[in-house]
Amino acid sequence: MTFMPSDPSASGAIRAENLCRHYVMGESVVKALDGVSLEVRTGERVALLGASGSGKSTLLHLMAGLDRPTSGTMETQGRNLADMSSEELAAHRRKTVGMIFQAFHLLPRMTLEENVELPLRLAEVPRDARPARVREALDRVGLAARASHRPGELSGGEQQRAAIARALVNRPSILLADEPTGNLDSRNGAEIMRLVGELNASLGMTVVLVTHEQKLAAGFAERMLVLADGRLASESRAGDPAAEAPR
Amino acid sequence: MKANDLLELAGRNLRESGFRNSLTTLGVAVGVASLVAMLSLGAGLQELVSARFARSGLFNTIGVFTARDMRGMERNERRTGVLQADARPLDSAARKEIGALPDVIEVYPEVRLLTDVTFQGRTLFTSVSGLSPSAKQNEAFEKMHGRFFSSPVAEEAILHVDFARDLLAPANASGDSFALPVGPRTGSAPEVTDAQLDSLLGKEIVLHYAERQEVPTPAQAKQVETKSRRAGRVAPARVAAPRAAAASGGTDGADDTVSFSVVRREEPLRIVGIIDSEPYAGITASGNSRVFLPVGLAEKLRPAMASSLRDVMQARPSGSESYSALIVRVDDPARVQPTQDALKKMGFRTFSLLDATKSLRRVFVILDLFLAIFGSVALVVASLGIVNTLVMSVLERRREIGVLKALGASDADVKRLFFVEAGVMGVAGGALGVLLGWVIGRAINFGTNIYLSQQDLPHETIVLLPLWLIGGAVAFAVLVSLLSGIYPAARAARLDPVQVLRYE
Repeated sequence: MTFMPSDPSASGAIRAENLCRHYVMGESVVKALDGVSLEVRTGERVALLGASGSGKSTLLHLMAGLDRPTSGTMETQGRNLADMSSEELAAHRRKTVGMIFQAFHLLPRMTLEENVELPLRLAEVPRDARPARVREALDRVGLAARASHRPGELSGGEQQRAAIARALVNRPSILLADEPTGNLDSRNGAEIMRLVGELNASLGMTVVLVTHEQKLAAGFAERMLVLADGRLASESRAGDPAAEAPR
Repeated sequence: MKANDLLELAGRNLRESGFRNSLTTLGVAVGVASLVAMLSLGAGLQELVSARFARSGLFNTIGVFTARDMRGMERNERRTGVLQADARPLDSAARKEIGALPDVIEVYPEVRLLTDVTFQGRTLFTSVSGLSPSAKQNEAFEKMHGRFFSSPVAEEAILHVDFARDLLAPANASGDSFALPVGPRTGSAPEVTDAQLDSLLGKEIVLHYAERQEVPTPAQAKQVETKSRRAGRVAPARVAAPRAAAASGGTDGADDTVSFSVVRREEPLRIVGIIDSEPYAGITASGNSRVFLPVGLAEKLRPAMASSLRDVMQARPSGSESYSALIVRVDDPARVQPTQDALKKMGFRTFSLLDATKSLRRVFVILDLFLAIFGSVALVVASLGIVNTLVMSVLERRREIGVLKALGASDADVKRLFFVEAGVMGVAGGALGVLLGWVIGRAINFGTNIYLSQQDLPHETIVLLPLWLIGGAVAFAVLVSLLSGIYPAARAARLDPVQVLRYE
């Protein structure tokens, strides 16, 4: 089954073709992804839904270039990630995608501004240009006043906002969010999703959200793709009555 | 990632586990200190021995001889293909030519006589040698009584303490001549005090010697004879080789070959110094003499020596006096070999103690090697400490490594980060180790000098820290640290970010 945007003329930010990711576990083979094809338009908000082990995080990691497919293609901006060297994949992660995680993954020994500066260091952004970029990113998530604080001094919601600032400081075209509200209460979760929606709207970033919360996905995404057993099982659009049904 | 960012991150990481990393760095420092202390000892001993040899004046000296030497004559002829009879003489022209060679700073003839010396009516038979001005630097003159010669032609003498003792001894020989042993004394020698030795300074001895006088033209001969009579000297004995000259195709009998008279002469010399060790460690021909006079004066006196007779026997042309040997000094022991080669090309035989220095250098290389091996053991242990610390660090920082990779760090970036951390520990440990090694060296020097003082011996620098060792030790520490970082860095770079971010 292939899930494509409703407007076929729209340029694809992400395109997967018959994507497989198999793990060999002893004598058995686990098919985390098995023949997934999809396309995500530039600036589109897409949610990947599914039960635990359905393959949604694996798909996200393949989009990020953190992992390589066993077979098939995964293209971003017209380039197949499967053909890239590890250096090229690292460059893809630095320049094209930004990632946020359920566990935030801020480095606890660094202040917020140092955490946010980290991608700029990796991208070899000139030293004198960094403070303004860091300030801008922290401003955008409303944490400029907490720049010198360490992650341990912040609430969960603030930490996730700091992680978002870190993800967008290199101005990526794709934001990949892996269960970003999983460790937050509903109020903070909603706040984070509102922030991500704003970034999508103001910066035109493509957003792929991995979640198992149907309601959260329906409130955020333009399109929802449901995975089951490593395959794309269904697709629904915002406002579609099927999308509102509890899973 | 840029180098300064890597360095900054590495520094931050090292500070985070400050205590553990400090202990590891201290381990490296102890290893380097051990290595530095060992090699400093080797360098110090080498310098001590080299300086002693340099002060002995033996290692920048070349003895030059004519190939016309009876010793090993046939062998020399076979080896060089030069017949003894055709070999180049060691005359004043050769001396001038040798003096013009690059690196040569001094050329002087070897003058040594076995003759009588009179002091306060007593005559003693002894060995007398000429000393060049450069001999002043020889360690034998470092702690002499009195002083060195005031000029190369000063009518002055320096005595060996053995001879001074004989001068001071009661006239048990009742004024008769007696022979002194040429080498070092054995058995009981009369003890003399410093004051007694100093009392000899400024006093006069008279050197008796045979002057070599070229046979002049008949008119000149008459003049010389008249002068000699006036001086109350013994009529000269004439030594000539007319037959040899005839045999060599001379046209005018004795006139064109060396012919000289031997005239008995006396030369008063003022005692200016007394030495208690032998110059040049007694190795050179002049070293084991008992009375020394400036070589310029010795030449001026024109004493008849064995080489004078050889000139006659070899029918050398008149006026071309040859030397039994010339002593050549070069500015640097390293220039001895090229100068020797040049002298050999000029047709002379040479001798130097260069081979001895080569062996010495070999001994010190082996000594240094062993000291370095023993010193490195601690550094090897320290390198295991680095491996351990960094592996622990990789395990502790799995999540951080995963995050870095997710944010765009390449495997090479991660590897470099751990290498820089290892390198920083190496630099810090190396620098601290050199400092520690220097302190140990100072302590050894201090302790040794206390012991030497107790033994009434002069202070010495046993442990020396040359610049090359400072740089080399730090570089070696960094190299060892980087090698230690290979495995942990590779392990960090291999971490799968997906696994790490999922489970950490």
